[in-house]
Amino acid sequence: MSKPLIGLVLGAVLGAIDGLTAWFTPAVRDQLASIVFGSTIKGIIAGIAIGFFAKKFHSLPIGILFGLLVGAFLAYLVALMQGGYYLEIILPGALVGLIVGFATQKYGKTPATAN
Amino acid sequence: MKWLSDDRLDHLRSIVGNPDFSSTKYTFVKELARGGMGTVYLAEDRELDRLVAIKVLNTPEVTEDLRDRMIREAQIIARLEHPGIVPVHDVGTLPDGRIYYAMKFVRGSRLDEYAAQGASLRDRLRKFQAVCDAVAFAHAHGVIHRDLKPQNIMIGSFGEVLVLDWGVAKIKAQMNAEEQEGTVIGTRDYMSPEQARGENDQLDERADIYSLGAVLQFLLKGQLKVSKAAEAICSKAMASERESRYASASELSEDIGRLLDAEPVTAYRESALEKVGRWVGKNRFLVLLVLAYLLMRIILIFSSRR
Repeated sequence: MSKPLIGLVLGAVLGAIDGLTAWFTPAVRDQLASIVFGSTIKGIIAGIAIGFFAKKFHSLPIGILFGLLVGAFLAYLVALMQGGYYLEIILPGALVGLIVGFATQKYGKTPATAN
Repeated sequence: MKWLSDDRLDHLRSIVGNPDFSSTKYTFVKELARGGMGTVYLAEDRELDRLVAIKVLNTPEVTEDLRDRMIREAQIIARLEHPGIVPVHDVGTLPDGRIYYAMKFVRGSRLDEYAAQGASLRDRLRKFQAVCDAVAFAHAHGVIHRDLKPQNIMIGSFGEVLVLDWGVAKIKAQMNAEEQEGTVIGTRDYMSPEQARGENDQLDERADIYSLGAVLQFLLKGQLKVSKAAEAICSKAMASERESRYASASELSEDIGRLLDAEPVTAYRESALEKVGRWVGKNRFLVLLVLAYLLMRIILIFSSRR
């Protein structure tokens, strides 16, 4: 699987799971569908960005760091829109970005370059 | 009358035993190893200014058969141009009529010495895989080694693996013509049951595969964390029925490669639990990340409920 595709799939899956955990917070349970949708879109955007980055830069530590920063940044934007829950949104978002950053570098295939 | 001291006498005795390279481009340096058929010496190639290993027949009474065997051995090795097989540089005859051949001098240690130095299981398996690849190459050229053992495998100073001593190797097509049934060729601890029975006309690549299995068993001995898969590879290679062994050294090498990559091996059918364990072992960091994520999620959930 190519690095951007891994980023997309993993970003979407982890984003959706991340959104679903809002069910455990009773205060926002009624908004669960929109949270899951938003979280999945956020995961997809982060995953694609991290995947394309991994395609360009072949370095596990840099890939992980980039994933962490992108995940944290997008989560920060979501928290801004929410107007609260900064820690509850940014921390998991950053960690999901970190996991996607690791997975794209480790498992993504780089297409062979022609001479 | 002049008397010679004991030291001088010992020196003269040792010189008499050394081969006479005066008619060649080589200068004797020292003896390296002595085998049943020949002795290997370290010599200097004066023309190319390099050290070489020279194998010389032990006996000065050179029969036609011995001469042919020695030349054939040189020819067998010469035709096997592979990084895992010691190259032959030259073949010739000494003034006393003995045949010799010069080959690359490998600096390093034998596989048994390498293992004794405390090499890790992973490194041992990597070296073993390189041995399998060299043997597979020989098999592809119709050559069967017949005496594979740790003492016949060298690990060079840069980690290169070389299979040595092709003295009893045979070209498959010529197997029947030369040896009588019942003649046991090889080393007892590493030879296949059919080889031990002296069934020389029955021997094929799978006899070497048995020996490779015995070499693997030697490398695994005393190692902690030897997986069931590694043991199964060993058992399959050393199956007493040759039909049950790996069909080729390449297949054995591929299974070792899978073992090194934490992939399922053909020799062992793992349970669902073992599959999960292998996957977790292979993806340890990812599993740790996901666990960290889950832990963080649980902490956040509980902290938000307070």
